[in-house]
Amino acid sequence: MTTWWPAAATSAVLATGYLGALLARPAHLRPWSGLRTVAWLVGAVLVGVALSPPLAEHAQHDHGAHMAQHLLLGMYAPLGLVLGAPLTLVLGSAPRAAAVPLVRVLRSRPVHALSHPVTAAALSTGGLFALYLTPLYELTRSSTVVHGLVLAHLLLAGCLYTWAIAGPDPAPRRPGTTVRVATLVVAAGAHAFLAKLLYADAVRTHADGTHHGAAMTDAAQAMYYGGDGAELLLAVALFAWWYRRGGTRAGRSARAAPTAPSAPAVPLR
Amino acid sequence: MTATVPDHRRSVGTGVLLGVAVMAAVDEIVFHQLLGWHHFYDRATPDVALLSDGLLHAAELVMLVAGVFLVADLSRSGRLARASASGGALLGAGGFQLFDGLVDHKLLQLHQVRYGVDLLPYDLAWNAAGLVLLAAGAVVTRRAGRALRGRATG
Repeated sequence: MTTWWPAAATSAVLATGYLGALLARPAHLRPWSGLRTVAWLVGAVLVGVALSPPLAEHAQHDHGAHMAQHLLLGMYAPLGLVLGAPLTLVLGSAPRAAAVPLVRVLRSRPVHALSHPVTAAALSTGGLFALYLTPLYELTRSSTVVHGLVLAHLLLAGCLYTWAIAGPDPAPRRPGTTVRVATLVVAAGAHAFLAKLLYADAVRTHADGTHHGAAMTDAAQAMYYGGDGAELLLAVALFAWWYRRGGTRAGRSARAAPTAPSAPAVPLR
Repeated sequence: MTATVPDHRRSVGTGVLLGVAVMAAVDEIVFHQLLGWHHFYDRATPDVALLSDGLLHAAELVMLVAGVFLVADLSRSGRLARASASGGALLGAGGFQLFDGLVDHKLLQLHQVRYGVDLLPYDLAWNAAGLVLLAAGAVVTRRAGRALRGRATG
């Protein structure tokens, strides 16, 4: 991968597909939020940056570039893409004949199982354990095909996870806020644990303080703090959704009867 | 109990959440990043302790975000009791400081306050600071609760 075209083409396809759906959006629907468009375009650019030659070339032998590529593809690009609400956009713009089967797929049992936060976290964060703690990692360094598959998995699993936790797109039968917050904490905790485990491994196996060992500990620290940033953004997206939806039940009922101080605080249902 | 009166209990709870999270962030930024006293990993930590450290760290970040949005939610419905929330924040900050000093540093041995020095004065200062914050939080919280109850009955 020494040319720019795969990176540029991926970004271009993502951006033009979205903008095309935006142009096809019927006039009677609510105007599309500019912030959603910006989020998607940022996500599309981040995918391109992650696949661009400066990162992709070095990712095969430089641990730092490898980690940057993984953080971008698996965490930051999915945040942008998912907050762009592509499913909502497509469902609004697609003709009825195409929208109905799409909704049927979204409501199908396999999609329910796959888009459950726990499944999504297992695929996304759990996938990293499989990558770094098994011979799979060595395989990605020798085989271009395996390497490409792993990158595709990172991006897709990252999008699935972000959608399950904080996606504005419809997700039928998505569990409530508590399950999603708990999943976020456990998955982010597992991510931080894996980062420190890799750090500890690098320290143990390169106790002589070689350059190689230092590069690995740097990459593990990048994984730890880069993961923090993504967790923070994901938590903000999740709680912003919760706040817009109305917050706590007690808060909703208090706001429903704001002028009558003697009104009973019975939740309105 | 009326719908739009400041809610002491929820305000304290939200304050505790924010206090813990802010103290954890201060610990991370000041002692790990700026002073470099603590270590990211100090070669002696067992893997189980690393796992609990990771989970706590992730929970703290989520608590920070949750706390901010819970305060906003209390505030928009007129239920935020500022003094109660401040008391709660002091309780949370002191509680975290003590927890970090006793459980993380001593029990789990995740890392020490500082390396290459006599630890005793550092440990004493660390935990005494936690106790002082905790005591201040208890006083502020009790006073805020009493003032609110006085307003409700009088």
